[in-house]
Amino acid sequence: MKQQRAGWVFVAPALAIIGLFFFLPAAAAFVLSLTDFDIYALADLRNLRFVGLGEYAALLTNPLFWQALGNTLYFVVFGVPLSITASLGAALLLESRLARFKGFFRTALFAPVVTTLVAVAVIWRYLLHARYGLINYALGGLGIGPIDWLGDPRWAMPAIILFAVWKNFGYNMIIFVAGLQTIPEDLYEAARIDGASATRRFWHVTLPGLTPIILLVSLLTVAGYLQLFAEPYVMTQGGPAQSTVSVLYFMYEQGFKWWNLGAASAVAFLLFILMLVVTLAQLAVAHRRGAL
Amino acid sequence: MKRLMPAFAVNGALAVAAALALAPLLWMVSVSFMAPGEADSFPPPLLPRAPNLAAYRELFARHGMGRYFLNSLFLASAATLLSLTFNVMAGYAFAKLRFAGRDRVFQLLMGALVIPGQVAMIPLFLMLKPLGLIDNFGGVLLPTAAGVFGVFLVRQYALTIPDELLEAARVDGAGEFRLFRSIVLPMLGPIMVTLATFTFLGAWNDFMWPLIVLNDEHLFTLPLALASLSREHVQDSELMMAGAVVTVAPVLLLFVVLQRYYIRGLLAGAVKG
Repeated sequence: MKQQRAGWVFVAPALAIIGLFFFLPAAAAFVLSLTDFDIYALADLRNLRFVGLGEYAALLTNPLFWQALGNTLYFVVFGVPLSITASLGAALLLESRLARFKGFFRTALFAPVVTTLVAVAVIWRYLLHARYGLINYALGGLGIGPIDWLGDPRWAMPAIILFAVWKNFGYNMIIFVAGLQTIPEDLYEAARIDGASATRRFWHVTLPGLTPIILLVSLLTVAGYLQLFAEPYVMTQGGPAQSTVSVLYFMYEQGFKWWNLGAASAVAFLLFILMLVVTLAQLAVAHRRGAL
Repeated sequence: MKRLMPAFAVNGALAVAAALALAPLLWMVSVSFMAPGEADSFPPPLLPRAPNLAAYRELFARHGMGRYFLNSLFLASAATLLSLTFNVMAGYAFAKLRFAGRDRVFQLLMGALVIPGQVAMIPLFLMLKPLGLIDNFGGVLLPTAAGVFGVFLVRQYALTIPDELLEAARVDGAGEFRLFRSIVLPMLGPIMVTLATFTFLGAWNDFMWPLIVLNDEHLFTLPLALASLSREHVQDSELMMAGAVVTVAPVLLLFVVLQRYYIRGLLAGAVKG
């Protein structure tokens, strides 16, 4: 029975930390979201009132919350497919039998993933500069007039999406490379003998073989992209005209700029529910299509 | 000829993709060596006319970059040490020690992966405030000292340790702690490097939680300092790029050296989802 005791002794510190600093506050977030915890309660807890679902009701009638939700969904709906397509394209190139210097290319394509988000967001702010930015200069060479990427409400979110695709595609690329390596070579051989072209081999061998991986990558990427925060914080501060305020940016401002910690907790909880619903919906679609 | 064309297309496409991936980083390095104001001209210059260290000198002398660098280095190193200690012990126990409730507790932990970390942040802030851990490195470190992902990573690897080996040592009279230290730890070497790389990079790059905990400028990490500088010094491209270089270079170097281990962790993490 020494193992019994040793087991608990070994896991106790980690469990204590995770329990105390994650489970407990996560549960407390729900309780907090049922109160009107604000700057007065921060000063004196006697000012705290229980308001039931009042904060949720207030959020649902707050146009800025809806805009933040809409902006975040815009980012997810366009950003996720673009990211995954870029990842898959890069993975196919890397796994091609014709590719050379694979090690170098893999490292180069993956490099943006390990960089510090804040630092590369700062770089992109300059690259996207309307007058001196390299991107507008390159576009000018193609005869496209200057775009005020981060100053025009129509272009700010597309610019952030472009940045996010650049920053993140390498992550899923690595997962796709691993997935591609599990597709048996015989299948390609058989398709080739049957006279299938490269395009047909992609649609009928590669894609079906990758279906579970695509599902996995979509789940991870959607969940990650719903948590958009540092990009608008550094690049646009939510602007122009609130066009890049994300749900988490809204939560951060509610909580730590205006000290409406009750409302901010309600935002966090709604985001959690949204993430659960979207994940379950993706799983249901995958199930119906027989991918699971 | 016919066989050369596809090879040319594939490698050409890879070269273009790699160039696009690296271009912003190369541009960052180039601008960081430009003279003040040089980058803000049209057409935008690609290379410095006379490479110099003016931006770096100003960054360290006037904006306290050295201090932020040390803060980041300390926090990332401490986070790595803590995470190694707690996650490795727990991961091994969940894999190899038989104790009541083990599997149920592990399942509960895995369930936590669906909860986004930001849900816990606001109550955590309120918990840490009366303890004096806001505006304190302890407040940044404690919540990251152990994590579900780290425990999972180590457990999956530890499952491959043969039971016979442990049993043999027990028959020889080794206690559980000695067993862990002299037999298990050496075998977990590779996964510890993976976990260390992941934790260090994660802590170095982390933004939202340090932003909430640290308000005193003296305690800022590099990302916090950079974000705050960029709000004040939007015009100084060279200064900001030098700051970005100082922030990004250490993690890029670390990644290039420890790639193999990092990618192993990434793939293990993806499987968990």
